[in-house]
Amino acid sequence: MGCGQNMTLVQFSLATGAAGVAAGFLGALSGLGGGVVIVPVLTLLLGVDLHYAIGASLIAVLATSSGAAAAYVREGFTHIRMAMFLEIATTLGAVTGAALVAVISKNALSLIFAGVLIYAALNSLVKTGEPTPGKISPWAQRLGLEGSYPVPGGEQPYAARAVTGGFSLMVFAGALAGLLGIGSGAFKVLAMDRVMGLPFKVSTTTSNFMIGVTAAAGAGVYLHEGYIHPQIAMPVLLGVLAGATLGARVLLRLHVRWLRPIFGLLVLVMGLEMLFEAWPGGM
Amino acid sequence: MTRRVSSTLRVEHAIGRLLRAGVLLSAAVMLSGGIWFLATHGGHPAAFSQFAGQPFRWNRLPELIAQLVAGNSEAVLWIGLLLLIGLPVMRVGLSLILFVQERDWIYVVFTLVVLSILLFSLSGGRFF
Repeated sequence: MGCGQNMTLVQFSLATGAAGVAAGFLGALSGLGGGVVIVPVLTLLLGVDLHYAIGASLIAVLATSSGAAAAYVREGFTHIRMAMFLEIATTLGAVTGAALVAVISKNALSLIFAGVLIYAALNSLVKTGEPTPGKISPWAQRLGLEGSYPVPGGEQPYAARAVTGGFSLMVFAGALAGLLGIGSGAFKVLAMDRVMGLPFKVSTTTSNFMIGVTAAAGAGVYLHEGYIHPQIAMPVLLGVLAGATLGARVLLRLHVRWLRPIFGLLVLVMGLEMLFEAWPGGM
Repeated sequence: MTRRVSSTLRVEHAIGRLLRAGVLLSAAVMLSGGIWFLATHGGHPAAFSQFAGQPFRWNRLPELIAQLVAGNSEAVLWIGLLLLIGLPVMRVGLSLILFVQERDWIYVVFTLVVLSILLFSLSGGRFF
């Protein structure tokens, strides 16, 4: 692989921009973040160094999160207190994860990435059962981790359960985000939806709101390590933004049930591809 | 209570507007910088297969602005990137105002913790 070696900067930017549009578009339609696509496309198809690829991916994550967050806060689903409380966990995790990039071998990094891709793919392909919420946490009331969200015909109240478990899982989600340059929205939703028993809409929008702050915590370290290359970040950022905007428009008009499994399969293939690329090199 | 809610909504709307405007501004800077950069360097080979990272330091900022004035297109791309990275930090800063307005001191502390972690990371992940 790595057909990007003999490209000019114009060709590279066009190819990367196109990949960004596809990633942003599919990401917005499927709910899987675009970040999981950018890294495999850059490394496997365009021969970009893994460190540059995760740097560019984190920039794409930042752009999509800030762009989408503006829309969601207005809808009244995002829980700003929940987000801020859990951001303590995700930013701590992200700074740690980002610092680990420098000490972990590229092969090990690729293997972890492959594992996360395969997990995310299976998670989107396999329908899991209803969450089994525990008791409402005493922390929920003390920290104001409760609220209500608009439903047809009024407001539906909710409160957080298993706050410590959710918080710990958020440290892990943040560490993966910092380590791999992804939004790790799937893990954030997992923590809020499954563990803390929050309504799915509240989980996804609050997760998206948090992703930007988590990514910024990782980006600080990335900047100082030199992983963020402006020439790669430019086409990725513009492509992803255009694709995500387009995807959000289309999403309003269609219900694309078949898209999530197709995208899941695509991510699965990329995960396996990364696994095979990294495996023979050993750790 | 009603006043509290309305001021909360105001800050939340301000956060939404800030994020939207900031992303658009950053994208506009990146687009113009990108076109300028490719117009002048587009024929050069893309060489990203080997990591040769140039660590960014904040003390490069004056140099970056000097390069910008001198017509270095890559400096424009850097400005666009820094704008984008700064947005969530400003978002957390605005939330701080929100919680101070509501006199919710636990959340003022939480927000300060998040803000310190962000500034710690942006300062290079090490204490001065």
